[in-house]
Amino acid sequence: MNDALDVALRLLVVFVVFLTLPLIIGQTEHKVMAHMQGRLGPMYAGGFHGWAQLVADGVKFAQKEDVVPAGADRRIFQLAPAVALLPYLLVLVAIPIGPSEGAVGVLVDAGIFFVLAVMGVGVLGSLMAGWASANKFSLLGGLRTAAQLLAYELPMLLTAASVAMAAGTVSLPGIVNAFEWWWLPWQIVGAIVFFVAGLAELQRPPFDMPVADSEIIFGAYTEYTGLRFALFLLAEYAGIVVLCGLTTVLFLGGWHGPWGADGLGWVWTLLKTAVLAFIVIWLRVTYPRLREDQLQKLSWTLLVPLALAQIALTGVVKVVIQ
Amino acid sequence: MTLAASSPGFLSPTGVEIAFLLVGVVTLGAAIVTVTTKQLVHAALWLVVALGGLAVEYLLLTAEFIAWVQVLIYVGSVVVLLLFGLMLTKAPIGRSPDADSGNRWAALTVAVASAATLIWVVVDAFRTTWIDLDAATAAAAGSDGSTAVTGASLFQSWVLPFEALSVLLLAALVGAIVLSRKAAAEGERPPRSQDKAPSGKDKAESDEIKAASGKDEAASGKEGAR
Repeated sequence: MNDALDVALRLLVVFVVFLTLPLIIGQTEHKVMAHMQGRLGPMYAGGFHGWAQLVADGVKFAQKEDVVPAGADRRIFQLAPAVALLPYLLVLVAIPIGPSEGAVGVLVDAGIFFVLAVMGVGVLGSLMAGWASANKFSLLGGLRTAAQLLAYELPMLLTAASVAMAAGTVSLPGIVNAFEWWWLPWQIVGAIVFFVAGLAELQRPPFDMPVADSEIIFGAYTEYTGLRFALFLLAEYAGIVVLCGLTTVLFLGGWHGPWGADGLGWVWTLLKTAVLAFIVIWLRVTYPRLREDQLQKLSWTLLVPLALAQIALTGVVKVVIQ
Repeated sequence: MTLAASSPGFLSPTGVEIAFLLVGVVTLGAAIVTVTTKQLVHAALWLVVALGGLAVEYLLLTAEFIAWVQVLIYVGSVVVLLLFGLMLTKAPIGRSPDADSGNRWAALTVAVASAATLIWVVVDAFRTTWIDLDAATAAAAGSDGSTAVTGASLFQSWVLPFEALSVLLLAALVGAIVLSRKAAAEGERPPRSQDKAPSGKDKAESDEIKAASGKDEAASGKEGAR
């Protein structure tokens, strides 16, 4: 009984985090983008600096009519947002935020494989949406999504493998436990490759050509309205939380910090995640969009060789220090 | 010919065994729909259900690592490549009346024969093997399906077959590049003889072909990484 309660409580906490953190990042994005562009951003909803803007957006989305185009494949069209969103919820369950036993939703033995495998499933949601909409722009968006996957998935896996080699385990808490401060310079190339590949997976600028609103009108999501569209947006922000959390856990040492690691480990994890999320927003404001073939070139001529070099370096150092 | 080891009986199935059977039925159903449906993209999506069901079966057999790799490679990559190929060529919404093959009886024969062979081999090899689930969950890190045990046996006992498989995949990769290069060269020759500068459309097409060959590399690379 106690066990069941414990599991239920953990899953509830993860669910609450899943519902709140993406909204916080969304609101931060509103504000950070506004200030980087010399304007104020939302100021009215909720009174203080427009903090309730996303709540108002949610109410607006819920009121809108849920339209399914006449030519669309109904069931797949309606299923796609769930397929896009749910994997991120599942991944969040496995990310540890603190050193204690209770600071992770569910302890997964092959944690790295679990998170990378399940994150990859989310792409299917965009593909389903792009195809089922019966719209040329949506289909183009779906095609670009798939092409993008070919570019980023390999470097992402290779860099994750490098960390797993360094730590000698594939469990996420195990990797953070094994972390030492000098891993930061040792794995820095892998960290950057992982983060860039993750940005491409999330279809965030500068890799947002699958949704490119000024070319193909939001790609796979063109035909979506109301709550289903909101779910796709939520999936994007949940993806930012997951990517930043994963980069923190794999490369930045998770709950390790210069001081206060005993009681305040989870603060360090959240702080590092927040800084990374800020960088994600910053990149959106500063960098122009790449073309699909430029991403392929970047990936196959730069990211993959760098990831392989990182693996070689990891192996050499690992053998030397043993 | 004894059927099984005497201690765990067939008549008092545990919850895990029942779940295993139910997931197996779902997987089989999804696999049958995959090959019988006339909607191409639906077939690919039913394949996701079938492959995902297999991953759940691996999980129930405590082979956690294999289960995640199954999701990573097959659901996350191979099906995405399938969908990519379908979308690039022909993916109509609704039924395709021509999505049928005259070879269906030959295909059925081969499928039944290979399934029978595999079932016979597996049953013959593992008839008396039982997984103690309680012990396996108690010592998750040390159980037979854990990552550490899988990795050790893969790179100690089975390293030669593993490397041979890698070479096979490399050959497939090289073959894919050769085939796609040839197709691209033949496709580009006529416009080049008329006009030195290829028009924008041709360029887009050749870019697509390049992207498609990149996809093969990605797939084989991942299989190799596995």
